[in-house]
Amino acid sequence: MDQKKTTLDLFNNVDLATELRLGLPGTDNQPEIIKSSLSGNKRTSSEMGSSTCTDENESRFSPPTKEQVVGWPPVRSYRKNILQVKKTESEMGSGMYVKVSMDGAPYLRKLDLKMYQSYEELMKGLQVMFKCIIGLYFEREGYNGSQHVPTYEDKDGDWMLVGDVPWEMFISSCKRLRIMKSCEARGLGDC
Amino acid sequence: MSEDVGTSTCKPKTSVTGEYSVTNPDQVLENVLENVLIFLTSRRDRNAVSLVSKSWHRAEAHTRSDLFIGNCYSVAPIRVTGRFKRIRSVWLKGKPRFADFSLMPADWGAHFTPWAHAMAGAYRALEKICLKRMTVTNDDLGIIARSFLNFKEIVLVCCDGFGARGIGVIASECRNLRVLELNEDEVLDEEFDWISCFPMEGTSNLESLCFDCVESSVNFDALERLVARSPLLKKLRLNRHVSIGQLYRLALRAPQLTDLGTGSFSLPEVIGQQQDENLELDYGHAFAACRSIICLSGFRDLAPEYLPAIYPVCANLTSLNLSYANIDAQQLKAVIRHCHKLRVFWTLDSICDEGLQAVADTCKDLRELRVFPIDASENAEGPVSEVGLLAISLGCRKLESILYFCQQMTNAAVIAMSKNCPDLVVFRLCIIGRYRPDRFTGEPMDEGFGAIVKNCKKLTRLAVSGLLTDRAFSYIGQYGNLVRTLSVAFAADGDTGLKYVLEGCTNLQKLEIRDSPFGDSGLLSGLHHFYNMRFVWLSSCRVTKQGCLEVARRLPKLVVEVFRRDEEEGGERGDFVNTLYMYRSLDGPRADAPQFVKIL
Repeated sequence: MDQKKTTLDLFNNVDLATELRLGLPGTDNQPEIIKSSLSGNKRTSSEMGSSTCTDENESRFSPPTKEQVVGWPPVRSYRKNILQVKKTESEMGSGMYVKVSMDGAPYLRKLDLKMYQSYEELMKGLQVMFKCIIGLYFEREGYNGSQHVPTYEDKDGDWMLVGDVPWEMFISSCKRLRIMKSCEARGLGDC
Repeated sequence: MSEDVGTSTCKPKTSVTGEYSVTNPDQVLENVLENVLIFLTSRRDRNAVSLVSKSWHRAEAHTRSDLFIGNCYSVAPIRVTGRFKRIRSVWLKGKPRFADFSLMPADWGAHFTPWAHAMAGAYRALEKICLKRMTVTNDDLGIIARSFLNFKEIVLVCCDGFGARGIGVIASECRNLRVLELNEDEVLDEEFDWISCFPMEGTSNLESLCFDCVESSVNFDALERLVARSPLLKKLRLNRHVSIGQLYRLALRAPQLTDLGTGSFSLPEVIGQQQDENLELDYGHAFAACRSIICLSGFRDLAPEYLPAIYPVCANLTSLNLSYANIDAQQLKAVIRHCHKLRVFWTLDSICDEGLQAVADTCKDLRELRVFPIDASENAEGPVSEVGLLAISLGCRKLESILYFCQQMTNAAVIAMSKNCPDLVVFRLCIIGRYRPDRFTGEPMDEGFGAIVKNCKKLTRLAVSGLLTDRAFSYIGQYGNLVRTLSVAFAADGDTGLKYVLEGCTNLQKLEIRDSPFGDSGLLSGLHHFYNMRFVWLSSCRVTKQGCLEVARRLPKLVVEVFRRDEEEGGERGDFVNTLYMYRSLDGPRADAPQFVKIL
């Protein structure tokens, strides 16, 4: 069922006669018609997340970007969360997958941290995946209000409470996630 | 009725001639009129009637029972309750659609509270409330539950701000409740057993119960008992915490169901919980007993091996929603080949073009199709393409509404659809890859969308995508005179595009545009029309504060809001306004605008 070809396959296969010339950036195969409609078009400064593409041609015809544009495509976040759970092994691509375990659940899951842009979204995703409820995060007290607490193993091998450090720092150091039962997690915060 | 007619009394007067004057003729007319107007239900007709004269205005106001307000900020609650005295149902809409895609800051507004208070005092016979994209609190739900003794129906679509406790209050206090529908709401996790709040004894009047969007698990025993004593229950949509074994039990208790949301349609997550029993159950048998099911949805965690269980009901289905089920073409084919009567079909693109072909082969009566992406990232290839769209256009000639997500498209396929499906009313094509041209010709997608507006003479709603130039918008302006809703994202070229649309689309009501290079001159070309519209949304475009100020100055009854998505004050990002949201209002700028929203 694997419908995906690699990027290079796509660009090689669609070179039909003289018509299509979608080349990779740096090649000079751009057809006239597309060039003229591009001239003078500036993309407006938009909510591009961390996209730093400044070259229009490159941003239009470069290999697919995994950058997250806010609110695009127009699929409700509710659907995005559900669908995240459905991604199969073959579609992983260059995601940032980490193992996620939950105390009491028989087997582990894998989750792509790149799908999320904030702790809030990650919590939603975890709650959907494990059908659990994670409490609210408080800086002083950790997680309150439910039986589950999310923790992660960082680069140094230590188990940390999710939420203490800025998001960017978290995703660069998180190696795996574990949703603990809050009675066991007490040791991390106040009893 | 008659006791509310006018305030004047009919006192006989002696005139110079010694004769009595007749009863005020207007009074008689109003009485007659009111008795006729009761039968008038269309709100457009009613609006027309109310403009005839003052007495007609009064008569219409006395007889209107259904209230529809498309933008909650277009009028103040007190004005509404002042004019209409006998309302039985209210339909209120808040935020614009782009709020669904995180483009609106969280605390922007659309609070139901002021409306709840106003209506609690004014409409004691209110029976029905429908809200869309509004923030509703548990307290608001409490007000509803306690203020309207005859309350029967509550429908909340894409709302937020409330939780299980609020639902519980409605369940326990509204003794005449027939309909409780929660549709794509964000329900706060409150770990509260709301299902048990329904009265435990006696027959319930419940006809519809939808809670598929509620993320927390429900007390199944209470649910089962509720279903068992609801003989009128026709519509039941379960959430994903209901396993297939539990569904089985419910289906056996409610064979009269016509609309079923199946919940997870798989085994429960926790190993050991009734696992062994489930393996023995004949799910097909349970479904076969539900002879009346015509609408099926759910499948939140579908275990594909259970899909055959629904075969017995497929032949009768008019609506099937598989958009949470990751199934492939083969799995779909086995189901869809039975569904000859299908009119509405929602799916994931995991079924591929091949799956869409199967739909086209069987579902000759299809009116509405929605294809959602399983992978929302921008890729070069996707599982569905122009091949699927073409197949659908050839097989489903009666198509009226389509929402299609894909990575690539061609003008040829879109043009073909415009010719094969002339009944299209809604055409929404979302090419996920931004600025993607025609996959084979490399040309912009102008001709395709142009053909749609030209050939589909009934088109009222259009969403465009892909690489587009001004030409596309000139087509829309030229041919799209019935278009009421237009959605534009990442469109190329300059101001003229917006001008074409604002000058050409005389029926335009809702315009939502993001990330397109439309600026002040385009914006100002719509001054003649903005009062006729429900709203205009422009975000990440090239509109400046000066331009917005100019609009505000020239159109004093337009509320012009400017803000930034990240809630920074000022509303501007660089030279341009981040988000412009404007709408007409009878009562001026709203009092509840948060700090970061600037009203010009």
